[in-house]
Amino acid sequence: MVDEKMQECLARQAKQIRRHVIAMTQAAGSGHPGGSLSAAEIVSALFFAEMRIDPQNPAWPERDRFILSKGHAAPVLYAALAERGFFDVAELVNLRKTGHFLQGHPDMKKVPGVDMSTGSLGQGVSAAVGMALGLRLDGKDARVFALLGDGELQEGQVWEAAMAAGHYGLDNLTIFIDDNGLQIDGPVEQVMNCRPIEDKFRAFGWNVLTIDGHSLPAIMDALATAKATKGRPTCIVAQTVKGKGVSFMENQVGWHGNAPNAEQAATAMTELG
Amino acid sequence: MTKVATRDAYGQALAQLGAENKDIVVLDADLAKSTKTIDFAKVFPERFFDMGIAEQNLMGTAAGLAAVGKIPFASTFAMFAVGRAFEQVRNSIAYPKLNVKIAATHAGVTVGEDGGSHQTVEDIALMRAVPNMTVIVPSDGPETAAAVRWAATHQGPVYLRLGRLAVPVLHGDDYQFVPGKAETLRSGSDVTIIATGLMVSVALEAAEALAAKGIQATVLNMPTIKPIDRDAIVAAVAATGCVVTAEEHSVIGGLGSAVAEVMVEAAPAPMVRVGLQDCFGESGKPAELLAKFGLTAERIAAAAQQVIARKG
Repeated sequence: MVDEKMQECLARQAKQIRRHVIAMTQAAGSGHPGGSLSAAEIVSALFFAEMRIDPQNPAWPERDRFILSKGHAAPVLYAALAERGFFDVAELVNLRKTGHFLQGHPDMKKVPGVDMSTGSLGQGVSAAVGMALGLRLDGKDARVFALLGDGELQEGQVWEAAMAAGHYGLDNLTIFIDDNGLQIDGPVEQVMNCRPIEDKFRAFGWNVLTIDGHSLPAIMDALATAKATKGRPTCIVAQTVKGKGVSFMENQVGWHGNAPNAEQAATAMTELG
Repeated sequence: MTKVATRDAYGQALAQLGAENKDIVVLDADLAKSTKTIDFAKVFPERFFDMGIAEQNLMGTAAGLAAVGKIPFASTFAMFAVGRAFEQVRNSIAYPKLNVKIAATHAGVTVGEDGGSHQTVEDIALMRAVPNMTVIVPSDGPETAAAVRWAATHQGPVYLRLGRLAVPVLHGDDYQFVPGKAETLRSGSDVTIIATGLMVSVALEAAEALAAKGIQATVLNMPTIKPIDRDAIVAAVAATGCVVTAEEHSVIGGLGSAVAEVMVEAAPAPMVRVGLQDCFGESGKPAELLAKFGLTAERIAAAAQQVIARKG
């Protein structure tokens, strides 16, 4: 169990990350707030508690890796990286702007702390498999974390990667599914049902956990279980609410890829506190 | 003349390199016996990863291995490496400029009996269009070995186009591959033949036939399609005034297009592109298919006479 002090710290970071997501997307006039807000606790737990990283040395070979396979949630990653000290928080409002480094989708060549360029769905998880294989080959104890969307599971490449991770018994790989239930065209079950998620990963030889993706103790417990699980990779299905924390965005498909205007952003900030 | 398939030279070179550099890892998609990565797998099983029949994940996994400092050689048939996994090559490898070597075998119609579904004639065009990608088409075994060796030292993505068919050995074992440079195999003042891959030896045959008719041809081997050797092309046009290109690939987007792009901007002159004329391959014996699709010394020689006639 994670202690209360740590929980408070992670909750504070999650709130701060959400505030940045709103401010960044509003400043950019575009971007993906819904699936960024749903992942705030997961990203907070990884970047402020679980992962072995050094903001002063983003290319440290011994570091844990994080791959945002659902690359459109770039705002949540950038917010966490800035808050963790990888770059100046003041840069966040330059998201998606010409000549600035915070690209619409994560670019490892431009952003310190981004371990893989992603955005085309399904591709990040394969890169995570490659990293896990390579780190194990070198005898390093560094771990690899990836965050996928539930809609992303419709990409066939995810299942190629799932098969490979199970086949090679990559216990240094842990993935989160941000199971917020919505994709651009509507509810995932209606667009192209990919459930049950758990059974599919289990069938490929994974250790599978299902948790409340907004409960920090649940996330930290799941991460502890993942770390202790040997011989197979772990998939944490995190049940979340798209747009979490902003009442008018919660469970609304329309906020997948639309930015709030100034007025909406102000309302959101008041709600977030 | 001794004949060696470039895929065989690739497997042997990999096994040698593996002993010299422990960062080299090899991935395949259930075709190790055909791509010859099995030569590496036998010696370094712990550094060989069979990804199964899953080319998208093959390329993505190679990208991840490169991101943690490995030098992955990812192999499968060219059709699948470039066709099936194009976007993975583009977005997971080339866009982040990861150090992956895509060594794809069974390119072109000399795949033979398997037929048009397995004979890629568009791969050079596709790979050439992707930023950060270097495109190499070796002409024989020694050039393949040298290019593989160079690729392992180069930081960035490389596409190596290899073949199934045994082809004449043109170079000595001490051959040094120079990236981005054409190799002059024969000098003549009437016409320049620029060839790549297995068409280089065919171009030399054509030059012999032309010489018998009193026509002197320069023959350039162009192993690097990207970056293309602009200076060599401009110099060849200045010296001979006309050009024939020859490739086992569509005339759209391959060597012929790359040469034409240089000529139209820097050295306009009569030109003919020998290659597949916007069509797919089919089943048959490799030699019969080369003849059927006009990838022959006779066709190159006839093209040479056409461009010479068009000179002012």
